[in-house]
Amino acid sequence: MTATFSTGERVSVRQARPPGHLRTPFYIRGKQGEIERVCDEFGNPEELAFGRRDGPAVRLYRVRFLLDDLWPEYAGADADTIDIELYEHWLQPAKEAA
Amino acid sequence: MSDGGHDHDHQHDHGHTHDHGDDHAPPSDEDGALTHYQMLEIAMRELLIEKGVITADEVRAGVEEMDGRTPERGARVVARAWLDPDFKERLITDGPAACAELEIDVSPARLTVVENTNDVHNVIVCTLCSCYPRPLLGLPPSWYKSSSYRSRTVREPRVVLEEFGTLIPNDVAVRVHDSTADLRYMVLPQRPTGTENMAEAELAALVTRDSMIGTSVVAAP
Repeated sequence: MTATFSTGERVSVRQARPPGHLRTPFYIRGKQGEIERVCDEFGNPEELAFGRRDGPAVRLYRVRFLLDDLWPEYAGADADTIDIELYEHWLQPAKEAA
Repeated sequence: MSDGGHDHDHQHDHGHTHDHGDDHAPPSDEDGALTHYQMLEIAMRELLIEKGVITADEVRAGVEEMDGRTPERGARVVARAWLDPDFKERLITDGPAACAELEIDVSPARLTVVENTNDVHNVIVCTLCSCYPRPLLGLPPSWYKSSSYRSRTVREPRVVLEEFGTLIPNDVAVRVHDSTADLRYMVLPQRPTGTENMAEAELAALVTRDSMIGTSVVAAP
C-alpha cells in the first residue's frame, strides 16, 4: 500500500475516543503537526490487542508537533518539538487556518 | 499461620527478630501478595513448560540474556559513529543494519537513532508505557518508567532536563520523542571537545546511559 501522506505534509490527529487498546495518547488528539517521516506498515495494535492477527497492516508515520501548539502555557523555546508515531487511520489532512 | 492468613503483629516464634536495619534482612519486595499479572505469568510459564513448549532452562537463559544487555553496547555504537562519518550515516538511515556491522543484534526493535547537534537536543520517553531501546541500553531505569517522567517530559522537557542537571540553552531546540508504537529510539550524543586523539574504546568509556536517553550529555574528559 502506498502511503497517503508524505513528509512535510500538515496533518491533524483525529479527535476520537474509541474504546480498546490505543497507541494514540490523549494529549495529541485534535492537534496539528507535520509528517516527519513515513515509516513501514505494521500490524494494527488496536486489532492485535484482541488477538486478531489477520487484519491488514497499517501505515505508521512520525509526526512532529510544536510544543507551543500542544500546551498553551508552554514556557520553553519556540522551536521545541515532539515527534510521535501515529498510524494512518488517526490522521487527516490539516484544515487551512481560517 | 494455621488459618492461612498473615497477622502483622510480629509475634513470630522462630527464635530471632527481624531487624530491618540489619544487612542480612531479607529484601522486602518479595513479601507482598502476587499481583494479577505476576500470577498470570507464573501460570502461563508453568503450563508452557509442563506441555513441553519451552523448558525452564530456556526461560532462565532468556532472563540471563536480557540482564546481560548493558549500555556498553550503545556506547560502542556511539563511539564508532563519532569516528566514522559513513557509519554514522548508515546508523541514522538504518539503525538495525548498522548495529549488525558491530555484531549487535537489535531485533526485533526498529531502532531509530536521533542525533544531537549544535541546534537540536533529543530526549526519549514513552508516555504510554516504558518502551526503551533495550537491545542497546539494557533494562530501563526506574525513573524512566515513572508516571512523573513520562507525563512531564512531553509537557515541560526543559524543566525535567534541568532536574537531571542538564541545561539546554534556549537557542538549541529540544526535540522530545514519544515511543508510542513500533520504533525504538536512541540518542546519538555530541562528541565532547578534547577527545580528538582518543581511540574508540576510550571514547566508548565516556558515553553514559543517560546521554543516550537524552537526559544528559557526554561530558568532556
